[in-house]
Amino acid sequence: MPVMADRKIDCVGLFCPVPILRVRDALRHMQPGQVLEMVSDDPAAPADMQSWAARSGHELVASDRHGPVFRFVVRKSR
Amino acid sequence: MYLDYAAFSPVDPRVVAVMRPFLEGGVGNPGAQHSLGLEARASLDGARAKVARLFGGAPAGVIFTSSATEANNLAIRGLAARADGRHVVTSAIEHVSVLNCCRDLEKQGFRVTYVGVDADGCVDPGTVARALADDTALVSITAASGEIGTLEPVREVGRLARERGVPFHVDAVGAAGRVPLAVDDAHVDLLTLSSNDLYGPPGAGALWVRPGTRLVPLILGGGQESGYRSGTENLPAIVGMGVAADLARAEGAAEVARLRALRDRLLAGLLDRLPQARATGARGAGRLPHHASLVVPGVKAEAVLLELDLRGVAASSGSACSAATGEPSHVLRAIGVSREASEGALCFTLGRWTGPGDIDFVLDAVPAVVERLRRLAPR
Repeated sequence: MPVMADRKIDCVGLFCPVPILRVRDALRHMQPGQVLEMVSDDPAAPADMQSWAARSGHELVASDRHGPVFRFVVRKSR
Repeated sequence: MYLDYAAFSPVDPRVVAVMRPFLEGGVGNPGAQHSLGLEARASLDGARAKVARLFGGAPAGVIFTSSATEANNLAIRGLAARADGRHVVTSAIEHVSVLNCCRDLEKQGFRVTYVGVDADGCVDPGTVARALADDTALVSITAASGEIGTLEPVREVGRLARERGVPFHVDAVGAAGRVPLAVDDAHVDLLTLSSNDLYGPPGAGALWVRPGTRLVPLILGGGQESGYRSGTENLPAIVGMGVAADLARAEGAAEVARLRALRDRLLAGLLDRLPQARATGARGAGRLPHHASLVVPGVKAEAVLLELDLRGVAASSGSACSAATGEPSHVLRAIGVSREASEGALCFTLGRWTGPGDIDFVLDAVPAVVERLRRLAPR
């Protein structure tokens, strides 16, 4: 069953490091367990998001691609 | 103790003195027909000649921009927009302004080859040669990494690109005025410069373009800068950049030798006092003469920098981008530094007002800070 996002942010057109910074800022205003969806068309976004999730401890629940746009679903861990 | 010259350099007072009348009045718009405008035009062209002399290019090829980032954008996106080919070759350790332009091209359907580097951060010209394809539109390689100081083999890469008839762009921020670089000798077709890296004012940069290289402007308007960069010229900053380029050319060799000696003492001293630390980037003559970078295991750079700041030392981790996101820098990843080690990355960049006393102070301060932090948070 697809995870419903509590919040969505649109980073299409932006490049590293801005999508990561936007995700970080958005999570700061969310509760642990809540889910954030971010979309980006930066070709570096999949690698950046994986690396950021591994480091930050937040869970990268899903990532997929629709044409040029990547979608990431992140669950705030703490 | 200011050891973050790569991030910002104080403007040389001799530059400020020349800029002052251009800020305070008595100067017109270089596009105006009256005598003040004509004087302004002469000053603008004078600055163009001075900047071009730094690397031996035709003055008419100098396009003044607002920054080196804008110059990199104009070089890469401006060239790609008119190119027949759909492939670009660059390196994995470029400045983020180059990398993000290349990613933007990928979004438009270009193929981009990000060639890897060796453990010193050096591009292998052979790898570049193998990456060149029939539809390669551009090769873009930095002259030196701002983060780990390694000088890149631009001359060899330039020769390979020229043999294949591919335009060659060099981001020369950091290297200009510090290492010999002549556009004809290195077969460079597009060259990016920063004013502030030459001790000129921030807010100015330049892209030099070899006559005959086809570009599309990014900023449209009144057709200033031969149509390649519209907008009334920032004359005070441009004049300042010209003076800064002249000073770098006149004083460069002696200053480079002075900085190299200070830098060698700093880096050797730090490695001696921090036995677990290791230098990043190339050694000796293979790196920027004012640049020292290292990774210190067991501490986080942000904590070290904060402690150093309290003691009056301004330094950096080398990458503003990774400092913002907390991610390991793409440059350190490219040279194989582990995620954990990259957290302790430190970068000291020396400049015109760095003296022996600054080095002595830092050689005492850094080991003391590292020892204190390790005691607080033993691993």
